Amino acid sequence: MNQSSTEQLKKTPLNARHRAHGARMVPFGGWDMPVEYSGIVHEHMAVRTKAGLFDVSHMGEIELAGKDALAGVQKISSNDAAKLSIGQAQYSALTTPAGTFVDDLIVYRLASEHYLLVVNAGNIDKAYKWIAEHARPVGDVAVVNSSSRYALLAVQGPEALGIVQTLTSVDLAGIKYYWFAPGEVAGVRSIISRTGYTGEDGFELFVPPASAERVWNAILDAGAGAGIVPVGLGARDTLRLEAGMHLSGQDIDETTTVLEADLGWIVGWKKTDFIGKSALDQQKSAGPGRKLVGFDMTAPGIARHGYTAHTASGEGIVTSGTQTPFLKKAIGLAYLPIEATAAGTEFDVDIRGRRVPARVVPRQFYKRSRS
Amino acid sequence: MYPSDRRYTKDHEWIIATGNLGRVGITDFAQKQLGDVVFVELPEVGRAVSQGQTAGTIESVKAVSELYSPATGKVVAVNPDVTSKPELVNKDPHGAWLYDIELSNPAEVENLLNNDQYTDLVK
Repeated sequence: MNQSSTEQLKKTPLNARHRAHGARMVPFGGWDMPVEYSGIVHEHMAVRTKAGLFDVSHMGEIELAGKDALAGVQKISSNDAAKLSIGQAQYSALTTPAGTFVDDLIVYRLASEHYLLVVNAGNIDKAYKWIAEHARPVGDVAVVNSSSRYALLAVQGPEALGIVQTLTSVDLAGIKYYWFAPGEVAGVRSIISRTGYTGEDGFELFVPPASAERVWNAILDAGAGAGIVPVGLGARDTLRLEAGMHLSGQDIDETTTVLEADLGWIVGWKKTDFIGKSALDQQKSAGPGRKLVGFDMTAPGIARHGYTAHTASGEGIVTSGTQTPFLKKAIGLAYLPIEATAAGTEFDVDIRGRRVPARVVPRQFYKRSRS
Repeated sequence: MYPSDRRYTKDHEWIIATGNLGRVGITDFAQKQLGDVVFVELPEVGRAVSQGQTAGTIESVKAVSELYSPATGKVVAVNPDVTSKPELVNKDPHGAWLYDIELSNPAEVENLLNNDQYTDLVK
């Protein structure tokens, strides 16, 4: 990374805060983001056992409003947004006509004719153009890129609820998973969403950028006794992988279909239409030729993104892989020929010229115990 | 900070030469750049290594990095402690040696950086 490229990177409202924390900063999706503060393993373990605070303000927000806002969302999103009540959120895919991913996203229903779509940092411009181009012709629907109007903080971990509860009068226990509520946090008007990307309980807080630092500091102060730590993108990646969640641009992109990504559950099969529906219907009846699976290494070695998998039924490709800090083993995600995707199937990964044995396991490597 | 009992490479390895035996590790600067080390792949005992050439790999949670040999010779021992507990490289980089080399040409080590030169390199 050289100086001139750093200057062109976008900065979140918390950039100076991260530098003051001593974070190591890296370019990510066009943003200057913290990759780690106290160390990936330490941060990962804090989220699994206590709590962690993430700045995810680089994520993009796109709003659809108007009489035909629902029809606009239904057109571009694979999941069935008609099922959403006001105050409810839904994981979905922004699909191409081939049923592959422009991006994955979360759809929030803010009001009866008003939806908020959260897309990935590196895809904001592409996703906005795509949505505007395809949703506007549906009818009376305004499409606005409001990314600069929101900072987004995530508080994740078993202590997250207790920490945030000290800063708000909203009854957080009353917000169900994938639901949200408006309310003040540390005196700042927020959207409080019970969502996350770690496999832990927790909240994501949409706040005005000018107030982001105030909320950030208040959460760190409130959680100091419980052991909260700031967490960077490094641990965000190992946490999501341990929880079996997809990373857009790495595990899913315009070359992989929603079915191949094993995300059939985010397809509204009964919807009359959306972009990519006929391709996905067709692939569903024929059966996809390959599928994304979880795997672990059965001999020493760490598979990484882009490594080749060798199965008895042909080659596959590793899309994510790491040594996980909590489970303490080498795991990953790979697209394998469908005949090789049953749990327990053994295959090899080519690790820099050496074939190391691996086996297919359920993709959700880590599942928290719910009390 | 960087001990004077050894020499350093621009690739951030160190070597302590005693007669024709060289003991190799990575520097504190290197372990900080890597972050949490989770896997170390060392050369087999008996393998010939050359100065500046790949001798193994070291992996952190995020990335894979090559280990370059600071000297030419034959590997005569590897440290089993760092393969079973890779985090030792983070905790004690200047103590956690990786492998020992029987040096083909002990004078070769004199070409490497001394501690003052290395300190300048990484400051």
